[in-house]
Amino acid sequence: MTSVALTGITKVYGRGPSAVLALDGVSLNVAPGEFVCLVGASGCGKSTLLSLVAGLDRPSGGSIAVEGGTTPGLMFQEPALFPWLTVRANVELPLKLAGVPRAERKARVAELLGTVHLGEFGDRQPHELSGGMRQRAALARTLALDTPVLLMDEPFGALDAMTRDILHDELERIWSERRLTVVFVTHNVREAARLSDRIVLLSSRPGRVISETRVDIPRPRRIDSSDVAAIAAKVTEELRREVGRHGQ
Amino acid sequence: MANDVLTRDDSTISGLDALEIASKQKVTSRVGRLWSATWPKVAAIAIAIFIWQVVVWSGWKPPYSLPPPADVFSDLGRYVTEGAFWHGLATTLRRAAVGFAAAVAIGLAVGLAVARVRILRAAIGSMITALQTMPSIAWFPLAILLFQLSEQAIFFVVVLGAAPSIANGVIYGLDYIPPLLLRAGRNIGARGASLYRYVIVPAALPAIIAGLKQGWAFAWRSLMAGELLVVIATKTSIGAQLTYARELSEAERLMSIMIVILVVGLVVDAAFGAADRAVRRRWGVLDQAGA
Repeated sequence: MTSVALTGITKVYGRGPSAVLALDGVSLNVAPGEFVCLVGASGCGKSTLLSLVAGLDRPSGGSIAVEGGTTPGLMFQEPALFPWLTVRANVELPLKLAGVPRAERKARVAELLGTVHLGEFGDRQPHELSGGMRQRAALARTLALDTPVLLMDEPFGALDAMTRDILHDELERIWSERRLTVVFVTHNVREAARLSDRIVLLSSRPGRVISETRVDIPRPRRIDSSDVAAIAAKVTEELRREVGRHGQ
Repeated sequence: MANDVLTRDDSTISGLDALEIASKQKVTSRVGRLWSATWPKVAAIAIAIFIWQVVVWSGWKPPYSLPPPADVFSDLGRYVTEGAFWHGLATTLRRAAVGFAAAVAIGLAVGLAVARVRILRAAIGSMITALQTMPSIAWFPLAILLFQLSEQAIFFVVVLGAAPSIANGVIYGLDYIPPLLLRAGRNIGARGASLYRYVIVPAALPAIIAGLKQGWAFAWRSLMAGELLVVIATKTSIGAQLTYARELSEAERLMSIMIVILVVGLVVDAAFGAADRAVRRRWGVLDQAGA
């Protein structure tokens, strides 16, 4: 039983002698309800991989299968909210595009804004919110797609540590409440150990899966706990070895 | 433990939100805003009129070629009560509206086509900018050859003057949409026509408004040049009246008409400016100086 199945994914950018191999045969199976973090240094093609799974780009080789054949929701490092719409209208847009009737939309949007603690801020414009609030609004907009799979591309990379901690708790809560499958890309190993069931380490240029680490720490977890630190240290060691290979 | 985490979160979240939002609200009264926007303009006009008066006092030119401001303004008062003025203004504004509307339609269509179709961009992309730099008055000899001294000649030049700016605004607007917004739009289910409707057009709107604003300036200038050159005897217009004032050496009237032309241009420009500011305020990209 898999929610996301990637088999031998390759991605080549450009043609001829200047072509760049970004991903080289990445295979990965994610179980329903699993939280997987993809970790790697620069140039490992993490973001490319998510774009492919989200259907925004086509792989050069290999196959991608997503549970129910749906398009997964994708979140970026930047909130990517539409600046011309209010927070409410941003969250409503996926529902509108899916043809959900107006009355139902209203209730769904209220529920989603409540989920991310933005109930009072629906009438604000995105620029009136803080970075963390915008990212929560973006999460609500992605959740509005109502897909079982959530792809997140370093979504908390631009936030301060305190906001990030809170959003980790929030994401964990929403993930378990909604039984989501999450594929989360980060270069922050501690964040990966804090959040995931499994950490997948990718090599750089080209991206390949080089190791997998199970994270069996009971939840809720704290990012400053010794268990999280121990897992993070192990993965960091592997990551260093991989990065060091490029310096030789 | 689980409960602990939850309560801590909820209060911390609302606390952080309150702290981060508080500094972003700024309240100024409507009257205060109006005053701070108006007085620099009033002062500038006063200074300009004063300099004009000083030049008149210096005796540099005789009053029949450079009349003093007081004479011009009293003539302006008479002028705007004449039926001929309103007749002329109606003709001129109708020409402006029709010409500008046609330029908008053509500019939007051409801009959209050039921005989306690679071969069209290669073929005529740079030509649009070249057209924009062509002084509109240089089109009139051709326009008069093609259409004689007629409404069509004026229309032709107004459209040619304004459409390239509008097309360029559209092209620029579409080119500079952040790719991230397009990716986000496609991810939440906007494809094809709905991607245009819900993402591309609103995202390009600020640049399109800037293009319309510039297009208007070109249209108005072209129209004035046209009305000076293409005088249709049976039809009065602001430009025709300006030509007559010059031929009859009526300096006060000539300057009154110039003031009217300036004011009409400014009023329409202010309308575009207001639309532009409304969009930028919504987007949160209005800086303090612009407010």
